[in-house]
Amino acid sequence: MKYDIILAGVGGQGVLSLASVIATAAAKAGFKVRQSEVHGMAQRGGAVMAHMRLADGEIFSDLIGQGTADMVISMEPLESLRYLPWLSPEGILVTSITPVKNISNYPEESQIMEALSELPSVRLVDDKALAKEAGSSRAGNMVIVGAASANLPLGMKHLKAAVDSLFSRKGEAVVQANYKALDLGSHIS
Amino acid sequence: MSEFVVLGDEAVALGAIHGGVSSCYGYPGTPSTEIMEYLLDYSKEKGGPFASWSSNEKTALEEALGTSFAGKRAIVTMKHVGLNVAADAFMNGALLDIRGGLVIVVADDPGMHSSQNEQDTRYYADFARVPLLEPVNQQQAYDMTREAFDLSEKMGVPILLRLVTRLSHSRAAIQSSPIREENALNKADNKQDWMLLPANARRRWDSLLGRQKDMIAYSENSSVNALVMNEANRERGVITTGLGYNYYMENRGELTDNPSHLHIGVYPVPEEKIRKLAAHVKELVILEEGYPYVERLIAGLLPRDLKITGKMQNIVPLQGELTPDNVRPALGLPVRDSSVVSSMDLPGRPPQLCAGCPHDDTYRVIKEVQAELEESTVTSDIGCYALGALPPLSVPETIICMGASITAAKGSSETGLKNVMAVIGDSTFLHSGMTGLVDCVSSGTDVTIIIVDNETTAMTGGQTTILPSSRLEQVVTGIMGDGEHVITIPAHRKSHEENKVILRKELAYKGVSVIIAVRECIETARKAKKKGS
Ligand code: SF4
Repeated sequence: MKYDIILAGVGGQGVLSLASVIATAAAKAGFKVRQSEVHGMAQRGGAVMAHMRLADGEIFSDLIGQGTADMVISMEPLESLRYLPWLSPEGILVTSITPVKNISNYPEESQIMEALSELPSVRLVDDKALAKEAGSSRAGNMVIVGAASANLPLGMKHLKAAVDSLFSRKGEAVVQANYKALDLGSHIS
Repeated sequence: MSEFVVLGDEAVALGAIHGGVSSCYGYPGTPSTEIMEYLLDYSKEKGGPFASWSSNEKTALEEALGTSFAGKRAIVTMKHVGLNVAADAFMNGALLDIRGGLVIVVADDPGMHSSQNEQDTRYYADFARVPLLEPVNQQQAYDMTREAFDLSEKMGVPILLRLVTRLSHSRAAIQSSPIREENALNKADNKQDWMLLPANARRRWDSLLGRQKDMIAYSENSSVNALVMNEANRERGVITTGLGYNYYMENRGELTDNPSHLHIGVYPVPEEKIRKLAAHVKELVILEEGYPYVERLIAGLLPRDLKITGKMQNIVPLQGELTPDNVRPALGLPVRDSSVVSSMDLPGRPPQLCAGCPHDDTYRVIKEVQAELEESTVTSDIGCYALGALPPLSVPETIICMGASITAAKGSSETGLKNVMAVIGDSTFLHSGMTGLVDCVSSGTDVTIIIVDNETTAMTGGQTTILPSSRLEQVVTGIMGDGEHVITIPAHRKSHEENKVILRKELAYKGVSVIIAVRECIETARKAKKKGS
């Protein structure tokens, strides 16, 4: 078994902590994990992309081949479209619908929504509203993980355990908000 | 054995700690930075080994040579372009009698994720005649760091360890080995072997050349350099180096002919193994990350009717990173199509200065004053402020290498350009800008140097500047001789108009002026606040 995920977003959005929740959960579930990250220059508000590979056997390449990813997860709608060349025909795109407009030529939102709606398999997530409902405006990334969870080869049990190990330092309230964010996300279909 | 999930960089740091390192030096540079960050955190927590950032890569390497002279193990970290800065110490260090293992870790950046060029550090190993080890994953990064210390002591030379961005910044699990004790203090007993006066240097060079055969024998026998023969297939063989190995293995399942395969991870190259493979096949496919180093090296050694497929014909791309996709044509596999496409044209999203960055305020002052002038030139340097070259600011006209803003400004001014301004950061100034300032002062050149002092090394993640920022004005004044044209200003919107007046005045002055524009990087300030609260 192998499961390849492209993670996307804008520098500063917390794509790496989203990645580390999935990676931690995968390790708890007994998978081998390889994850390539983006450091340095690209982080200053630029487009960021990371590859994450889960498998029950050896993984050689850190990079995922084009047209072979099982999932693209994005914290930003325009960025989600940028990595379509990696998505396999059977793969699914899970994306936030909250735009980050830090460039002057950001396209019309309706245009992006239209491009997204043309895809064979897509899940749109209003992470902002759901994070608020969960009680922490910063839990948007956990809403996205929740929304991806139905397709990930990982049970909610492992995802919650990962949230535990990553957020328990910050106190019980933060952990609970992130649990709730995961749950709210997981109900999106 | 314990298991750790680590970045490639962190695997190197752990390998050094478990390999008995005593001193660690480096200069921050993406993608190498996290090696020293790990060592610094570890050292702070455990009280050792000694770890510290240095002014630049040359001083770092020289400091490590001092540790090695004392018989202890040292590691030095830098990015590929940093080795150019350290090249003098590196080339000469190869001639010394290395007693305490000395490992120089250099992280190359094929694809230029955050660099000015794509050079391949393997050439430096060849240039200095020392071995180089090149891991393909986190486990090898850990194991090879340990091996490099032993090899260094065995061969009596510094050892290069080459990483690439993709490995430095990828995370996976590793198994650790038992911790080795540090070496005892044991100063080199024959000082003739540490003083490169011509007579000694000639003897040492002769000795280094004499040890080449031992180094080749080591690489020939290394289990890393594995040759797996398929006696039945005489058509095609594959040589991989670095991450080329991973991309080959990723695609190998699709190959029907099962080629013989040699992987090279220990240099100098294992010549016998290459000859054996070459004699067996009609075509050699070479997949290497970086330059066509092995490809060029062996082209002349091998029979002329052997076909070599690689970077020289651009079948494997000559620039950028290797990927699981772009090695396929060389292996005779079909190009993979991306079948999911969007109809939309996507605008790029380049990195930019953070909203509220102090550099932004300084550049706005420069831009507005420039608009009043008939002619002006702005040179810049390597750091966050280089992002001021992108719209909407678009101020700098040159970005060359660390420290070159001041010297390029000097050259431009001396050839007749008017109103020349050099922008340089506080860390970069201390790294290699100071000597440029010395040149300017010495020749009384007409330049205005603007040190954008954000009180940190921001681009690589906020390391502390090697001297506290409050000392910069003293340093500059010391070089200038007096403080008449050394002016410190706040890099703040509130002072915008006053700052313009000062810049106009200093541009009008025919000589060297230094304006130090001070305000802390907002990222660093935010982190400090978080830590404090
Ligand atoms: S990290 Fe600091 S110096 Fe760099 S762009 Fe952001 S605020 Fe400016």
